[in-house]
Amino acid sequence: MYLFLYLPLVVVVAYSFNQSRLGAEWTGFTLHWYQVLFADAEMMRAAWNSLVIGLVASVSATVFGTLAGLALHKFRLRLLPVLIVTPLAIPDILWGVSLLVFFVLLNLTLGMLSVILAHVAFCISYVAVVIRARLSGMDESLVEAARDLGATAWGSFRFVTLPLMAPGIIAGALLAFTMSIDDFVITFFTAGVGTTTLPLKIYTMIKVTVTPEINAVSTLLMVLTMLLVLAIARLSPQIPSGKP
Amino acid sequence: MRRLLVWPPQAYLIAFFLVPTLIMVASSFAWPGEEGGLSSFWVRDAQGIHFDLTFDNYRDIFTSRLFLVLFARSLGYAGLTTASCLLAAYPLALVIARSAGKYRNLLLLMVIVPFWTNFLIRIYALMIILGPQAALARILNALLDWVGLTPVSLLFSPFAVLVGMVYIYLPFMVLPLYANLEKHDPDLLDAARDLGAGSWQRFWRITFPLSLPGVMAGSALVFIPALGAFAVPDILGGTRGIMIGNVIKMQFLEARDWPFGSALSIMLTLLALVVTGLAAWLARRKVGAGV
Repeated sequence: MYLFLYLPLVVVVAYSFNQSRLGAEWTGFTLHWYQVLFADAEMMRAAWNSLVIGLVASVSATVFGTLAGLALHKFRLRLLPVLIVTPLAIPDILWGVSLLVFFVLLNLTLGMLSVILAHVAFCISYVAVVIRARLSGMDESLVEAARDLGATAWGSFRFVTLPLMAPGIIAGALLAFTMSIDDFVITFFTAGVGTTTLPLKIYTMIKVTVTPEINAVSTLLMVLTMLLVLAIARLSPQIPSGKP
Repeated sequence: MRRLLVWPPQAYLIAFFLVPTLIMVASSFAWPGEEGGLSSFWVRDAQGIHFDLTFDNYRDIFTSRLFLVLFARSLGYAGLTTASCLLAAYPLALVIARSAGKYRNLLLLMVIVPFWTNFLIRIYALMIILGPQAALARILNALLDWVGLTPVSLLFSPFAVLVGMVYIYLPFMVLPLYANLEKHDPDLLDAARDLGAGSWQRFWRITFPLSLPGVMAGSALVFIPALGAFAVPDILGGTRGIMIGNVIKMQFLEARDWPFGSALSIMLTLLALVVTGLAAWLARRKVGAGV
């Protein structure tokens, strides 16, 4: 079973160092495909777009998601829990097409802005779930103790709750960043013609022109996501399951 | 204070999740626009403003053999993917849950790691493995040639779509199964053994019924995205592996018949909810009956 999970990925990494253009036979070690990759202006643009979208979307989603997580923890609400949980349970394609229709009806030109707005929307749920999990494991008596000792509501939040939440906030932000940089389906429908992100670029390469450059970009992306995930895992013991 | 916490995220999700979803529901009852897209939801004439809606989009789905076959095929793919994932994931989750603590986390982490690799990269990786130059296809075709059959292509086939979806969604099944199996009380199995139950009986009468909530959670997590999949069949399926997601994409990006595409999306979502709801209800009944 582990062979089934890993063999394809190992082959991609190995081929990214292979001299052969067609990729079938091993003809020797090379870093040529990485040079090609970094000289590819379109690819660098896509990477830059992914980075900008990922940063803006994860920071905004973290702000909204943290508020939502706190609200879910503190109050008994009706609408917000539904709005947080349903997005996790509906098919991605519904998100994609409904946002496409929405943006077009609003006369918003599809591009970076529409992609960022969409990414913030689907990342909020993930952040909120992480924050809420962190808060539910927190000892409420610490806040009460602070209040008894004369701290104001803001003071106890600022010096007790917030520091305890911090690892959850960072984990949520990293999770949102990973989700954003990884997303294909929703981006595919909301990006319009001009804007490319790394997953969109990889999709085009798979569909149109398969060159060994794709092995190199895949390997780099794998390393990047794994580093991010290790960071999340260190900060938060419960990683909620994500999207495919 | 309460408003300050609740309203920003709530307003954002209403604007960018609830409203678009409701527009999609509305547009599934609309007429297509003259040049693609939507025509107006209402018309204004001498009698004032009234809605101009239709059930045609839904009627077209239910009266066309093509689309019913497509839905049936997507259900089939999603069902087969779920069943294959279950068969593959159950033994794996059981082994992980029953292994010693120090290996357990490592084994679990090793299931999660590939899952954090972009799924397009994983599909591409499978394309190499299933490709005509790879060992698998060569061996298979050599065998087929030997028994006198024509060689086949593993790639761009329904088989490739199925393998691709199992590969992509397997961790979704392993994780909830593991989370459930890990909580089982080993004393129950010991007690059953002492009372003379064989290993087969212990599994079917204790472990499996207790794990049904995990089975259901995993199945829902695999079934819902598998039913709506469009990238996997788009890349691995060729022309014979088309699923409902591919048709939805075509309606929006190529045919530009948005109302029909909306109706298909709504049907897809309803189907996913109905099937998983039904399965959850069945599982609860079975657990309740004490099987």
